Amino acid sequence: MGAEFFFGVEVFLNGLMAGVMYSLVALGFVLIFKASGIFNYAQGVMALFAALTLVGFQEGQIPFAHLINAIFGTEIHHFGFEMPAFLAILFALGVMILFAILVEKLILKHLVNQEPIILFMATIGLAYFMEGFGDLMWGSDVKKLNVGIPQGGNFWIEENTAFLGGDDFYGFYLDTLDIYATVIAAILVTSLVLFSQYTKTGRALRAVADDHQAALSVGISLRSIWVIVWGIAGFVALVAGIMWGSKSGVQFSLSLIALKALPVLMLGGFTSIPGAIIGGLIIGVGEKMFEFLIGAPFLGGATENWFAYMLALIFLVFRPQGLFGEKIIERV
Amino acid sequence: MLYREAGDFKTSYRADQQTFPIMFDKVAFTITIILAFTVVPLTINDYWANAVFLPFLIYSIAAIGLNILTGYCGQVSLGSGGFMAVGAYACYKLMTAFPDMNIVFSILISGGITAGVGMLFGLPSLRIKGFYLAVATLAAQFFLVWLFNKVPWFYNYSASGQINAPEREVFGFIVTGPNSSPAAVYIFCLLFLCVLAIIARNLTRGSAGRRWMAIRDMDIAAEIIGVNPLMSKLTAFGVSSFYVGIAGALLFSVYLGAVEVGEVFGIQKSFLVLFMIIIGGLGSMFGSFAGAAFMVLLPVLLKNIMVGQFGWATDIAAHFEFLIVGFLIIFFLIVEPHGLAMLWRIIKEKLRLWPFPH
Repeated sequence: MGAEFFFGVEVFLNGLMAGVMYSLVALGFVLIFKASGIFNYAQGVMALFAALTLVGFQEGQIPFAHLINAIFGTEIHHFGFEMPAFLAILFALGVMILFAILVEKLILKHLVNQEPIILFMATIGLAYFMEGFGDLMWGSDVKKLNVGIPQGGNFWIEENTAFLGGDDFYGFYLDTLDIYATVIAAILVTSLVLFSQYTKTGRALRAVADDHQAALSVGISLRSIWVIVWGIAGFVALVAGIMWGSKSGVQFSLSLIALKALPVLMLGGFTSIPGAIIGGLIIGVGEKMFEFLIGAPFLGGATENWFAYMLALIFLVFRPQGLFGEKIIERV
Repeated sequence: MLYREAGDFKTSYRADQQTFPIMFDKVAFTITIILAFTVVPLTINDYWANAVFLPFLIYSIAAIGLNILTGYCGQVSLGSGGFMAVGAYACYKLMTAFPDMNIVFSILISGGITAGVGMLFGLPSLRIKGFYLAVATLAAQFFLVWLFNKVPWFYNYSASGQINAPEREVFGFIVTGPNSSPAAVYIFCLLFLCVLAIIARNLTRGSAGRRWMAIRDMDIAAEIIGVNPLMSKLTAFGVSSFYVGIAGALLFSVYLGAVEVGEVFGIQKSFLVLFMIIIGGLGSMFGSFAGAAFMVLLPVLLKNIMVGQFGWATDIAAHFEFLIVGFLIIFFLIVEPHGLAMLWRIIKEKLRLWPFPH
């Protein structure tokens, strides 16, 4: 077996890692979709906003400094202290929960019983709003996020796998950050599953997801459930924001990861948490392998932009509800 | 008082079904059209043409197109940006390959090509429904943009990867390229819009439109009463893409002149057109115009106020623009989910009684 083969394996492994990162975003979508039937386009921007807030707290930035400077002609930018990462994460989580409450109070409450497309549009509006708001609050320059997760190639894996190939093979190159992301995603999913299976709130969540009216009639408050779900989605967004932010810096393009999560959702089905994970893995591996085997040699590269969508599109033609989605039953 | 229908009696089905059954509407519409064709071209200058009128006219065509698909046939599409790109690049290839052909035909043919591409991407709609379809149309968006970026044949192997509109004239008036006059370009787009809008209006109230609406309201029920879902959905995709393609061709050849596909026809454009029809009103011709006007005018207005009046830096103004656009979308959805068209209808109801409330 030559170095080519091992390089292929490395691409495969990296694809798996990338898939985990997609799943992290897709997870937030699934949570909200299951509980409220809302397709939350703003999930990506929520991740961006969470990461921006985290960096802002860590560096002690003054919120709206740009705006204040523009109006009053002052020159302020920082409080002059730095917050430890742990505390900043807690604060950012607090902000995301506050955000969940505000979304419920100001938007969802007024849009109960509207058509799904209207709710979807509302979340696009929310995404625009948050993007402008986040940039206004913390500035739009590219920021570095460091919460203490090590980065760069993992030497241990590289050294211990070098013996597999010949002289021209130096071991698998895997980013330590991606490995951390995988572990964190695994913990996150496990705890979410445990939470929804074994706690009272979790059961209420599943009841609401099953049938809104039945849940209401046994005394579950729909509105508080929505706040909780959006809060959890905010937490997931924060985790995704930390991971993606540490990987590629906190900037506008972070919000575009929402678009990468969409084909994951289609493949896995909008209503299934395991679907989000497995869909993410398939997409991650699929697009990396396609780029490696066909895209880069024959098609001029950059096929990652559309491959996931095409895969999902073709897949859906054969199975319209995705891999794990609930079977769509239509009645007249 | 001002706006009334009393005394407007209809004696035939034909008269009852006309586009403007109320006299006042008919007069107002005629006056608007006359003003648009006479006063505006005489007074128009470069700024007004480029900042307000041309984008409004062109996006109105795109909005009508998307409204046919989403508003009338119920198939949500996020691929309008990609289809506009098809129109633009088809138009460019036609303009450069057949320099003697009239630009009007280039634009119409590029609309036809886009219709073909649209129907191709519409095929999965038979099995994929709802949000799954919306996301599936994103495949078209990303694939098409990638295609025009990566295959040099589409931009004639130019070094910059851009496409530039060569100079063409209609009846002796230059309408594309840097030497075109604002008035000529304005009239050119306006004529396109008027013809296309009349066709769309008649399509949507005819049998094709009724089939689309049946599919939108409930596709299984429609199928049972004898509407062919394949034909209806594909014609909706075809007609819609034809309009969107023409809008893309006009946007490139007449308005912008030079286009880089990722910048101009990215996902943002798909959302922009979708915003227009949601804010304007799904399934309404008036809504397409109102939405296009709103989304074109709002940024111009905001920029004038914040940069022009307050003298803020442009980046802060840009952030505020995002914030306000997002806020207004949510606001409109909460206040009136059926868009500006519904608001207009409510205002008309009120005007009928005004100034006597009973």
